[in-house]
Amino acid sequence: MNTTIMLFLVQDGITNGAIYALLGLALVLVFAVTRVILIPQGEFVTFGALTYATLSTGNMPGTAMLAVAMGVVAFGLDLFAGRSALHPRLVARAFAINILLPVAIYALTSWLAGKNTPIAVNIALSLLIVAAIGLSLYRLVFQPLAHTSVLVLLIASVGAHLALQGLGLVFFGAEGQRGPTISDAAFMVGPLRFTGQSIAVYAITIAFIAGLWLFFGFTLYGKALRATAVNRLGARLVGIRTTLSGQIAFLLASVIGAISGILIVPITTLYYDTGFLIGLKGFIAAIIGGLVSYPLTAVAALVVGTVEAFSSFYASNFKEVIVFTLILPVLVLRSIAAPEVEEEKD
Amino acid sequence: MSALLKVTDAHVAYGKVEAVRAVSLEVADNEIVTIIGANGAGKTTLLNAVMGILPLTGGVAFAGKDIPRLEIEDRVAAGLSLVPEHRELFGTMNVEDNLQLGAFRIAKAVATRSFERVYTLFPRLKERRKQLAGTLSGGEQQMLAMGRALMGAPKLLMLDEPSLGLAPIIVADIFRTIGELRAAGVSVLLVEQNAQAALKIADRAYVMELGEFILSGPAAEIATNARVAASYLGFQHEGASGI
Repeated sequence: MNTTIMLFLVQDGITNGAIYALLGLALVLVFAVTRVILIPQGEFVTFGALTYATLSTGNMPGTAMLAVAMGVVAFGLDLFAGRSALHPRLVARAFAINILLPVAIYALTSWLAGKNTPIAVNIALSLLIVAAIGLSLYRLVFQPLAHTSVLVLLIASVGAHLALQGLGLVFFGAEGQRGPTISDAAFMVGPLRFTGQSIAVYAITIAFIAGLWLFFGFTLYGKALRATAVNRLGARLVGIRTTLSGQIAFLLASVIGAISGILIVPITTLYYDTGFLIGLKGFIAAIIGGLVSYPLTAVAALVVGTVEAFSSFYASNFKEVIVFTLILPVLVLRSIAAPEVEEEKD
Repeated sequence: MSALLKVTDAHVAYGKVEAVRAVSLEVADNEIVTIIGANGAGKTTLLNAVMGILPLTGGVAFAGKDIPRLEIEDRVAAGLSLVPEHRELFGTMNVEDNLQLGAFRIAKAVATRSFERVYTLFPRLKERRKQLAGTLSGGEQQMLAMGRALMGAPKLLMLDEPSLGLAPIIVADIFRTIGELRAAGVSVLLVEQNAQAALKIADRAYVMELGEFILSGPAAEIATNARVAASYLGFQHEGASGI
């Protein structure tokens, strides 16, 4: 084997693997806190990427309107759920989060769209829009089901994925899009060419992982989120609302999904349904990590990325097959190694 | 004295089976009340229902407000706290983090004072503050569970079988601490199978059998009651934990 080619493939694999690592970590986080296997993670990727691409062409993305619409329904749900005791403070809070926030984002987006805004502004807007959608998605789909079984949550998750994918087709059309690169700089190290974009991928991945580590290790809310994951009843008994933990988890997952999308869209053309496949690769990494281990998930993601790079070079027709087959031996090994799991209690 | 916790005609059912029937109870400010009874009498069920973990029909008033519809988290905010039978600690987090989360609902300045108070009550926790909760001994875990509940500065602390599975010497330590809570202005509702120890520190007691209160009164009187002595105190010598 040619060393240069191998280096190329490894480099490519690590760049993709970094993205899968981000997505895998978000999946583990959401599952630990809410027991939801977040299939719509891929839609956060698509929405982030295509919102950014649309904004870059100076158009108004449909996702901004979706955020407002979902917020309105979420507000209705909040009012209905709290109908027995409607304190003005409760209503004001629900109004601020569900209506004011997405409307403000919509207003800002429509004011800035088409003004040839700098890339940083487009990225920030895309993140805000997808974050608002993520927050409302939790309120609409998963919060009312929070007490149900993992299976029910999974089915709801599949439903949310299909609905959002359909909306993606409405907003962005069947045509693929590409977004502008964050940086056009490039330099050579030996035979390898590092683009600004790939450096951005590495830097942002590392920054996010470090940020998450700081958040979970040193802030009260981060610890509260961990506490919810470790012992849900214990967390409730000290007054940590399951809802709050769920909201934070979905907020983080949607922002992570969107930033992943924004990082990929200058490298590959993204269609309205591409995110699903990308999300699934993060999912494989998360499964290899047993849906509990963050470090194992990150390492597995790099392996997934590298295997994908090599298989697309040697057997590009079977690229996805080979990558997804990775999951089989892992599941077999896990089912042999893992002790019998008791029936779920809550 | 006004009642801090007032439960009236409470029923708790698992499906069609009523585990708690027509139970009424009161805990006043600065009072230690105990509920004694055999395994399966419905004591834990009653505490869990008062905390909001299980649905309860009937009246529950806390600090003068009706709370039967409140979520667990809102009851915590109102000053009600439960140390559950299984302790429900955050096993993979250290002692200090567990305690810090106990003060999740209250201001940082108050939390700092709570830390001092808990470390004074349980010096052992201070020694172990960087250790993971899951690696503590049973007695230390019980101390941590109580400490975590006290971090939230509750008005009423409900303790579910704090002596369960612990060595007699540690049980004595835990009960001494429960007695000290009164001085700190915390009322206690204590559920115990170790009737002897519970009756010693309590002001008043209820005796529960098959989901109903069959007896209530000042703890000293209950301790001398012939029926209680025969059923609950007779075999409690040598500090048997009563499992």
